[in-house]
Amino acid sequence: MSRITRVEVERMAGLARLSLADEEAERLTGELDTILDYVDALARVDTVGVEPTAHPMPLATPLRQDRAEPGLAPDAALRNAPDAAGTTFRVPKVIEGGEA
Amino acid sequence: MATTPLGTVSELRSALDAGETTSVALLEQSLARAVELDLHAMLQLRADAARAEARAADERRAAGDVRSPLDGIPIALKDNISQDGEPCGCASRILEGYVSPYDATASARLREAGAVVIGRTNMDEFAMGSSTEHSAYGPTRNPWDRERAPGGSSGGSAAAVAAGIVPLAFGSDTGGSIRQPAALCGVVGVKPSYGRVSRYGLVAFASSLDQIGPLARTSADAALGLEVVAGPDPRDSTALPDPVPRYRDGLDGDVSGLVIGLPREYFVEEGVDPGALACVRAAVAELEAAGAKTREVSLPHTQFAIATYYLVANAEASSNLSRFDGVRYGRRAPEFADLSELYRRTRSEGFGAEVKRRILLGTYVLSAGYYDAYYRKAQQVRTLIRRDLESAFSGCDLLATPTAPDPAFRIGERSGDPLRMYLSDVYTVSASLAGAAGVSTPCGFAGGLPVGLQLLAPPLGEAVMLRAADAYERRTEWHARRPPEVS
Repeated sequence: MSRITRVEVERMAGLARLSLADEEAERLTGELDTILDYVDALARVDTVGVEPTAHPMPLATPLRQDRAEPGLAPDAALRNAPDAAGTTFRVPKVIEGGEA
Repeated sequence: MATTPLGTVSELRSALDAGETTSVALLEQSLARAVELDLHAMLQLRADAARAEARAADERRAAGDVRSPLDGIPIALKDNISQDGEPCGCASRILEGYVSPYDATASARLREAGAVVIGRTNMDEFAMGSSTEHSAYGPTRNPWDRERAPGGSSGGSAAAVAAGIVPLAFGSDTGGSIRQPAALCGVVGVKPSYGRVSRYGLVAFASSLDQIGPLARTSADAALGLEVVAGPDPRDSTALPDPVPRYRDGLDGDVSGLVIGLPREYFVEEGVDPGALACVRAAVAELEAAGAKTREVSLPHTQFAIATYYLVANAEASSNLSRFDGVRYGRRAPEFADLSELYRRTRSEGFGAEVKRRILLGTYVLSAGYYDAYYRKAQQVRTLIRRDLESAFSGCDLLATPTAPDPAFRIGERSGDPLRMYLSDVYTVSASLAGAAGVSTPCGFAGGLPVGLQLLAPPLGEAVMLRAADAYERRTEWHARRPPEVS
């Protein structure tokens, strides 16, 4: 039995903002199925009562003085923008209606 | 060959101190060698900027103002470590044209130390791979056999050191990406404990696993490189606050009384090249002859490590890579009708096949209905793997294992089989999941190709780990071998 269907792969692609060509979606469905089949081995491990590890080290939250420090200047931050206007990143219109 | 390989950092420093060479001369040798060998280890050479830096290093030396043991030494950085004013592309089309507006903390510390960065090394796209074949700009060649892969993802850094283009390079290791290419190229590679080196300016793949570390010809040089980049950083809250020891001072060649554990699950014949395993067994015998004690230990969840790693790492990757959307930096698809299509086209055109595969897997295991079965389950098994290592380290100073199941494989041999490629990391991922430290050092040859010995230490155990690796190198010549084709 396959563990992931083409429909599910395409739904994941939608969530991840990827478009897949027909052949690509077909190939990925097979590959992901093989990988999921392999990782399903974890189901055999008894993990009742085991705390999940999100991070390998105990995390502290270090604090610093609440003092302004230099950050990335707006012109430096915008230098890599594919499209910028003034001090902003420009994208296609998101909200329907009204003036562009 | 018109050019000759560069020596170790220690050798180059002695020659500089004795006035036998200059930083400018070393840099020219390094640049000429990169071009002549044409291994595609380097994605880009920053020749002019590096020349200015080498001249400045020579002037400092003439004025008696040497900044550090790395002052004026040519080095190379993986293409995912940001350098102010230089491209940082992660070997991906999606970062085409991107120029970093800041230094990674590691880059800044190397710059302060006076090291001269010759350029950026090739890698698997976004560090996702074990062969450097997933670079959008084509594979790097293994200096020992051009038809073979150098390992990965830090394959460019490993090949550049093995070929004598630079004596020291830096890579990143998420599940084995420094140690495995070091083994396949016959050099030393160190994956520091999680948090030992700041990740600020390292493009994130899996944030709970990623670490920057050095690749060099000797553990002594790697120790020096690590000292320079390691330590607390106000820009990375996961960087450990503990002071950094002078690792070099502890390299006294003495391993007497050290207890080295041999995980029985790592010494089974199945799935490992017999020649490689024989080299590792001989290396363990050499450490015993030097006075180390060995004992068998067990890491019972070893068989689940790869599955756990790929679920955890790719879940984190799918989240980290959502930032590449064609809005703030990098490549934007030229044609789109609306914002949603801008995202989809940019990402579909910009990411390669392996990256898409991992983003989809990561998205799947984080999605509603699968989160508990896959992601949470993997995090729980991660706890068990971490406990396995803690338990082993309670009775041992170090663990010794093979670094990789096979010597270098042919380019193209595994690229059609993602799962087979993932198994290249079978010996390295457990330490990554546990935040432990690891080093791979050359321990022999199988079929004419280098084999690596991996030594693992508990978190912050770098000093004893490097002492043992250095002690092994003092007793053997494997690390001093050069690839015949390029010497």
